[in-house]
Amino acid sequence: MQLHYLTAHQLHDMLVSKKISAEEITRSVFDRIEQVEEKIRAYVTLTKEQAVSCARLVDKARMEGEALPPLAGIPVAVKDNMCTKGVRTTCASKILYNYIPPYNATVMEHLNEARAVMVGKTNMDEFAMGSSCENSALFTTCNPWDTNRVPGGSSGGSAAAVAAGEAILALGSDTGGSIRQPASFCGVVGMKPTYGAVSRYGLVAYASSLDQIGPFARDVTDCALLLNVICGHDPLDSTSAPYDVPDYTSFLTGDIKGVKIGVPREYMGEGIDPAVREVIKKAIDIFTGLGAVLEETTLPHTEYALPAYYLIAPAEASSNLARYDGVRYGYRAEDAGDLVDMFVKTRSEGFGPEVKRRIMLGTYALSAGYYDAYYNKALKVRTLIKADFDRAFEQFDLLLGPTAPVTAFKRGEKVNDPLQMYMVDICTLAVNLAGIPAISIPAGMVDNLPVGLQLMGRPFGEGDILRAAYAFEQNTDHHRKLPE
Amino acid sequence: MAQYEAVIGLEVHVELKTNTKIFCHSSTEFGADPNHHVCPVCLGLPGVLPVVNKKVVEYAIKAGLALNCQIASFSKFDRKNYYYPDLPKNYQISQYDLPIAEHGHLEINVNGTDKRIGITRVHMEEDAGKLVHQGTISTTPYSLVDYNRTGVPLIEIVSEPDMTSADEAVAYLEKLKAIIQYTGVSDCKMQEGSLRCDANISVRPVGQTELGTKAELKNMNSFKALHKAISYEIERQMEVLEDGEKVVQETRTWDEARGVTLSMRSKEEAHDYRYFPDPDLAPLVIAREWVDEIKASLPELPDERRKRLVSAYGLPEYDAAVLTTTRELADYYEQCVELFNNPKLVSNWIMGDLARMMNASGQEIGDVRISPAQLAKMLQLLDKGTISGKIAKTVFEEMFNTGKDPGQVVEEKGLVQISDAGLIDKVVEEVIAANPKSVEDYRAGKEKAIGFLVGQVMKSTKGKANPGMVNKLLKEKLDK
Ligand SMILES: [Zn+2]
Repeated sequence: MQLHYLTAHQLHDMLVSKKISAEEITRSVFDRIEQVEEKIRAYVTLTKEQAVSCARLVDKARMEGEALPPLAGIPVAVKDNMCTKGVRTTCASKILYNYIPPYNATVMEHLNEARAVMVGKTNMDEFAMGSSCENSALFTTCNPWDTNRVPGGSSGGSAAAVAAGEAILALGSDTGGSIRQPASFCGVVGMKPTYGAVSRYGLVAYASSLDQIGPFARDVTDCALLLNVICGHDPLDSTSAPYDVPDYTSFLTGDIKGVKIGVPREYMGEGIDPAVREVIKKAIDIFTGLGAVLEETTLPHTEYALPAYYLIAPAEASSNLARYDGVRYGYRAEDAGDLVDMFVKTRSEGFGPEVKRRIMLGTYALSAGYYDAYYNKALKVRTLIKADFDRAFEQFDLLLGPTAPVTAFKRGEKVNDPLQMYMVDICTLAVNLAGIPAISIPAGMVDNLPVGLQLMGRPFGEGDILRAAYAFEQNTDHHRKLPE
Repeated sequence: MAQYEAVIGLEVHVELKTNTKIFCHSSTEFGADPNHHVCPVCLGLPGVLPVVNKKVVEYAIKAGLALNCQIASFSKFDRKNYYYPDLPKNYQISQYDLPIAEHGHLEINVNGTDKRIGITRVHMEEDAGKLVHQGTISTTPYSLVDYNRTGVPLIEIVSEPDMTSADEAVAYLEKLKAIIQYTGVSDCKMQEGSLRCDANISVRPVGQTELGTKAELKNMNSFKALHKAISYEIERQMEVLEDGEKVVQETRTWDEARGVTLSMRSKEEAHDYRYFPDPDLAPLVIAREWVDEIKASLPELPDERRKRLVSAYGLPEYDAAVLTTTRELADYYEQCVELFNNPKLVSNWIMGDLARMMNASGQEIGDVRISPAQLAKMLQLLDKGTISGKIAKTVFEEMFNTGKDPGQVVEEKGLVQISDAGLIDKVVEEVIAANPKSVEDYRAGKEKAIGFLVGQVMKSTKGKANPGMVNKLLKEKLDK
């Protein structure tokens, strides 16, 4: 039996009914890794020993008659920008290649409480900056559907790991689409929760006001289960929202009759690959068939999301990444003369080109004399974008569109054209600027490559999104397709 | 020489007396081993987030209120970006355009004249760590960093450029220190760096309205240094102008050993701090009720207390001003007076012997081993005539050194005053017999000679004889 391709809820049932052990699940996943990792290269660090002993503890607890929480013994991959106590956390950057955090990110604490099993740390674009996983300073991850193509970014390693059976679930982080876009490219479910729903404590910051940790899964039920584990207020994160976390599986009823779904025309027009648009149109028909009410709507400031994002995110990044200076940890240039020389050489040698590009962009945008023209103006645009969504959600329960304008592109195809690379995220960026939740679910295929459907909801409307996503999933079989 | 005037503004950093740091739970204790009071948050490790300590906001509001400021209802934290190895994140969390408090003032009195000095703003920020060099910064082969101080909460209090002399600047800082100490939000120990002062100084010809080019003076760690440095800097700038040259805008440091200010860096190299709102910290919405609550908890401040000491105890203004320089000293005074109701005598002892011994031993009132109750007891012994004024000084010194009760000191040293007429009479007879020359002088009209005879009596009774009785008896016998 190929345990590594089952879902968490299937495995949980088998675990509880004693058909399998947690150790068997874990070993099955590591066997799979042994088999395909050479081609996929999803992981920066594997933690097999730790995973097996963790699984054994779950088995021991089960033997002693303890009730197992839903994710107990489930192998989870973790993006390498979440701090794991005692386990290397590199952000796929040369500057942190040897960094071992002395503390756990809050999400890791939650995973441990849930008795989930960490498989390893996954590859990503350096410091989560990128849309293809090609900006990793370590190596490039491949798309399991076609290894000549990218898995998407920046959480490409996590998406590829789940798609290839190298993990059952994964955590990623989404700053401008970094969970949803690779989920779309790899044919898995990926969700960016509401800003503040999941603690960012221990997530190595790219752009603090946009970053959000979220789940990757093979189906919507698994996504809800992982969301149940990671959501909640954290006193260590001032931007974390105090709210009562519902049981997200309670929304998975299959009933979406009368749900009002808006389809913003900005997400269906020019710039969207016609084949992708066709897949989304078919999905719209399915939703209509299920009794949802779909209607075209508009988010008029969508075209400004990209420029606003590429001022705000780099501005915050330029400050967040200032701490990597070679003084305390990570890479330090060797032949530096004095202090300033050490800062300059360390950062010149330690950061990759895309990170440098964004640091320079952000530094410029925050400089005296340019602040109002760029950063401040971008903040105003952000307010307008939020207002667009507020207005839309007065009328609609959800908004729907493609996750990405294209399917996974070939490796190397856009590497030398940053602007073209940035365009890949045009469908996802506005969601981060507005702080709302959104999901990407498999909606069909174009030329044997997955297409993601994006559902966006009101702040803390994760339940509504999951309800609709689940209903769609129950009536299609896109999520059951496997690569290879 | 043309007439010049100085324009001075002070920026004062005050360390708040919280148990934990501004954005984490690490201890703020002074003097621990290097890097002992640190955690991932104050070390700025990858992934950490700050959470503001509510006590810091409360203390900043309290300080703002004590300085007559308006408290913001909406405030926020910003990042001040610059590179320095003792700054773990390479940005400092501070406040930029929306500080917690603004538009305040305090009153100073210099040479009998009252003056109001404006407070521009009070804002909160985190402290940086410190670098430890082997030798000097330019020759050290390596530097070590101690992050114990990073994240220690500070408030920065910026004055208006309302001062015109070193005297005024010192008076301002003294008053500021007293007010902050009274509120209890800081102990304001300059020697431990919990009160640090920078001065902006410029000079212009009298009559000119626009400000001259300023220099920023850093690193003044005592009132004395502040006074000397400002005086020197004013003089220096006047000479520059007098020579027809221009003052350079720069940061200067006070070299205590050489008694001069030295250029640290000129403004051309100055940083663009790229301030922007810290996205990790939600803006602060300050409830009016909270501000009112804090206001209600404010203690009596130095000016009010000074006025009350004058009216309640009939003290001279001068005494009241000295006794209210710190809250502890004023408390000490009032506790004494409550137990021994002679306000001026208590004041004399505190401002006299006590102050002298504190100065000599470098103690603060909080270190003094004589409790107010003990001082009151001693004054009662003096009042009742059990000990003489002279003995009292001896007793007091012993109390200061040992912390013993006055009664115990008097007993142990056998210092009780001799008021036994018969005993004194006997000694007086002996002294008269032993000093015929002085007796003769006195009888010949040399009034001063009696002083010598009194001294002899005191000497042979080891100072214990009641001086009034000695005088009386001597006179009686000599005038016979
Ligand atoms: Zn700390």
